[in-house]
Amino acid sequence: MARGPRCVEHARRASRRVASGILAVAVAGCAGSQNVLDPAGPPNRSVNHLFWAMLIVSSIIWVAVVVAALWALISRRRRTREDLEPVVIVPNERHRREVGIVTGLVGATVVILLLFLVYDFTVGRALAERPSRTLTIELIGHQWWWEVHYIDPDPSKLMVDANELHIPAGEPVQVKLSSQDVIHSFWVPNIIGKRDLIPGYTSSLFLDADKPGVYHAQCAEFCGLEHAKMALPVIVHSRADFTAWLAEARSPAAEPSDSSAAEGKKIFLAGTCSSCHAVTGVEAYGTIGPNLTHIGSRRTIAAGTLPNTRGNLGGWIVDPQSIKPGARMPSNQLAGKDLRNLIDYLETLK
Amino acid sequence: MTNPARRLPPNESAVTEPAALPDATPVTLNEDVLIDDARRLEMTWRDGGGLWGWLTTVDHKVIARRYIITAFLMFIAGGLEAGMMRMQLARPENTFLGPDRYNQIFTTHGTTMMFLFAVPIMTAMGLYFVPLMVGARSIAFPRLNAFGYYTYLMGVIFLYVSLFLNMAPDAGWTAYVPLSGPEYSPGHRVDVWAQLVTFTEIAALAAAVNIIVTTFKMRAPGMSLNRIPLFVWAQLVVAFMIIFAMPAVAIASTLQLASDRAIATHWFNPAEGGDALLWQHIFWFFGHPEVYIIFLPGLGFITPIVETFCRRRVFGYTAIVLSNITTGFFAFGLWVHHMFATPIPELGQSLFTAASMMIAIPTGVQIFCWLVTMFSGRPRLTTAMVLILGFFITFVNGGLTGVMLASVGFDKQVHDTFFVVAHLHYVLLGGAVTPLFAAFYFWFPKVTGRLMNETLGKWQAWLFIIGVNLTFFPMHILGLNGMPRRIYTYLSQTGWGPLNALVSAGAVIIVVSVTLFIVNAAMSWRSGLLAGANPWDSYGLEWATPSPAPSYNFLNTPVVLGRHPLWDTGSPLPVVTGLRTDRREVLVTTTFDAQPDHRHKHPTASIWPLIMALVMAELWIGSIFTPWAVLGGVGLTLLCMLGWGWQSTAETDVERVATEGRIVEAA
Repeated sequence: MARGPRCVEHARRASRRVASGILAVAVAGCAGSQNVLDPAGPPNRSVNHLFWAMLIVSSIIWVAVVVAALWALISRRRRTREDLEPVVIVPNERHRREVGIVTGLVGATVVILLLFLVYDFTVGRALAERPSRTLTIELIGHQWWWEVHYIDPDPSKLMVDANELHIPAGEPVQVKLSSQDVIHSFWVPNIIGKRDLIPGYTSSLFLDADKPGVYHAQCAEFCGLEHAKMALPVIVHSRADFTAWLAEARSPAAEPSDSSAAEGKKIFLAGTCSSCHAVTGVEAYGTIGPNLTHIGSRRTIAAGTLPNTRGNLGGWIVDPQSIKPGARMPSNQLAGKDLRNLIDYLETLK
Repeated sequence: MTNPARRLPPNESAVTEPAALPDATPVTLNEDVLIDDARRLEMTWRDGGGLWGWLTTVDHKVIARRYIITAFLMFIAGGLEAGMMRMQLARPENTFLGPDRYNQIFTTHGTTMMFLFAVPIMTAMGLYFVPLMVGARSIAFPRLNAFGYYTYLMGVIFLYVSLFLNMAPDAGWTAYVPLSGPEYSPGHRVDVWAQLVTFTEIAALAAAVNIIVTTFKMRAPGMSLNRIPLFVWAQLVVAFMIIFAMPAVAIASTLQLASDRAIATHWFNPAEGGDALLWQHIFWFFGHPEVYIIFLPGLGFITPIVETFCRRRVFGYTAIVLSNITTGFFAFGLWVHHMFATPIPELGQSLFTAASMMIAIPTGVQIFCWLVTMFSGRPRLTTAMVLILGFFITFVNGGLTGVMLASVGFDKQVHDTFFVVAHLHYVLLGGAVTPLFAAFYFWFPKVTGRLMNETLGKWQAWLFIIGVNLTFFPMHILGLNGMPRRIYTYLSQTGWGPLNALVSAGAVIIVVSVTLFIVNAAMSWRSGLLAGANPWDSYGLEWATPSPAPSYNFLNTPVVLGRHPLWDTGSPLPVVTGLRTDRREVLVTTTFDAQPDHRHKHPTASIWPLIMALVMAELWIGSIFTPWAVLGGVGLTLLCMLGWGWQSTAETDVERVATEGRIVEAA
């Protein structure tokens, strides 16, 4: 899971985007791209074609209407304050011409709308197709984080992760969506439009990305206090990378090798951490907070809020409420040494 | 109150024969009789003075003026909230507002603008002008009208007191369950929202009933359906839409959400067999027509302004009427386009895509008709016309993004992002608020008797057009760049900072523009140029009476011979006489042809509307804290109804005894 090359790759993509699209605003840093206009898969590419087609036609219509209004107001403008006798409508040649013009314009509107409709139905039909898939992922929304289950026909191979989504490029992945509390919405702008996670309903969509890279998903349905800080990095691997990643991720957490991390593990299990958080292979089964089996290798913490650095992790453990006010995680008053040990342990959880 | 004699314009003294009424006897009245009539009418129709008179008045113009001013204050309040949101979002990771405060502010902004500004001010414009435009002495149900206003006012006070008690709703103006349910929104914040909606529903329904009955039964003789002014047509269609749309949100918020929260029903709780999607269906069945309820009156303002300043009768009257009606019908068939991201079958969604695109056709028809009218007229670029130009610039943009949003594939990408925020503000500010400002400039002289300053007005108009576009256009790009709506902050690496700063700068321009408007209105009200009855040489019946209109609206009921009365027959208009001047009487005409049907005794001032509104406010606000308040409130409401009815009955009895002889004499 080399992080360096991805940054370079991202920068390259960003520069290409700036060159190619006037509307595309470059996204700095390694947080991942989050832009509808930079498609990373066939579904969003077809939506982009539809968008640009509609935008161009709409722009022409807008310019025509505004120019017509301006022209009417300026070319036939009266400068005097004196009021003229109002024009009386008589069914003469001119009136018939006006009727013809309006009828023609309405007819043109109908035709343009019909063309839009047919184009939209074609795109919609393609988007609604259910491709055969090799992988199913369950995504469960929580206030304000994401729980991710990598499903396998063999139930013992179920892999539970959180706040980061890994998928292979070049093949459609089914994502089943549900929610534990309120309505959330899953949206990866570069890859696919949104789908709501509604309590009491399960729905699904297909993530079909063909450009490996890091993309940024974000909850799009207002879900309470920290709706703004409920993001989800989506990492698109090449197929080979993904297989390797998944195999490694399925293995339980390794036993810490150095003493400081071993001390941290004790703190994790004895303290309040394990009552909310789970770590596979360790006696920590909490399900209130995100699963931490792979916290050490995540790019971000607190659902895409902060880069996963030592300092941020420590700050988050001690005082999450100042970073994400209202988050379910309580403050943890730990001695400096304990905190260092705990962070050492968390960093071993790759 | 002014001396009635002074209000009488000299040119109203001559009366021609009422040609439209074959069996009416031609009358000629001399000036003395008319001044005498005016004085007696003023005595009869004027509501009392002093505080008591102020609280009991039922004059539709007085009530509507209060309505308009209150709603405009709500526009300012909602605007200040928007300003706070823009300050918070001006740069990444700003700390001006925390999430808790931000969520209250954005919810209050949406709720204020939709429920306390947009709908009330549009219906209030109707309550003021519909009776004047159809040539009626008053509105159909003046006490109901006063009750509607007071109910609305209670809602305004309720929401804003809650805001200052840190109890303002914070689940969005759409209050999606389960977030707004008892489990995820404990406390009383969402209760405030649910009951506030009740206040505004009742007020809107009262206004709608009034507008419909006034339009159908109180038009001047000769104003058959095909001569009703287009402003009134728009108000009529909207009134019907209110009657069909508002009960939906009443059921959703008052019955279901409030009872889920107060008495533990489970309409929306999936754990107990309820359905979270049900809320969205019912809410948007109201919420989508709501948009058209707001901007159809805006379109209604445009026609008379364009006609007056272009000196040409509108092209395609029938087409515009049919467009209004069609829009009213289609508006109820689009609600699912707010729910494309929910698990609704694709085939069902495509129906709503088609309907959402189709609704562009009637709106397009109206725009083409106005363009042709402008082309074949001789336009004068008054402030109102500049704002009409602003309507074309802004609204057409919003309409076109609306067509784009009808596409399921594209909508799923930009749904719930700043793209949609841009779209809805383009439609509402462009389609409703810009024409509303034009309407203010146009009808201000009718309400106050004075003209607004045109120079300041043009500055305001251009600043508003520029401000709106600068504020909302970049939001399209932000949405495409992935910025979801309703977020209280964003990280700097998203790259959204510069455009958000631009948006916030645009908001400052809007603030300057609205401030200029307030200054202009205040100064002009005190010392603007005197307007006279018809400063723009316009054609509608409202211009056939002095400015401001007297308490009895028209000295004699005018007779209408065409769609443009003052242009068709010139001033003064033919009139019918025979309505009594010693008691409040209105002329009731037939629904289709507006033939005089009968005279109807009209209610006088009453304190009951205010008391009833207070009692119902107690019921709704109390129900937040205890269900028992409903029982108490229902009892008190019944008592009020008794009082209200008793007053009406008592007055009728007294009147009958006192006037029996004269009725016989008149017959």
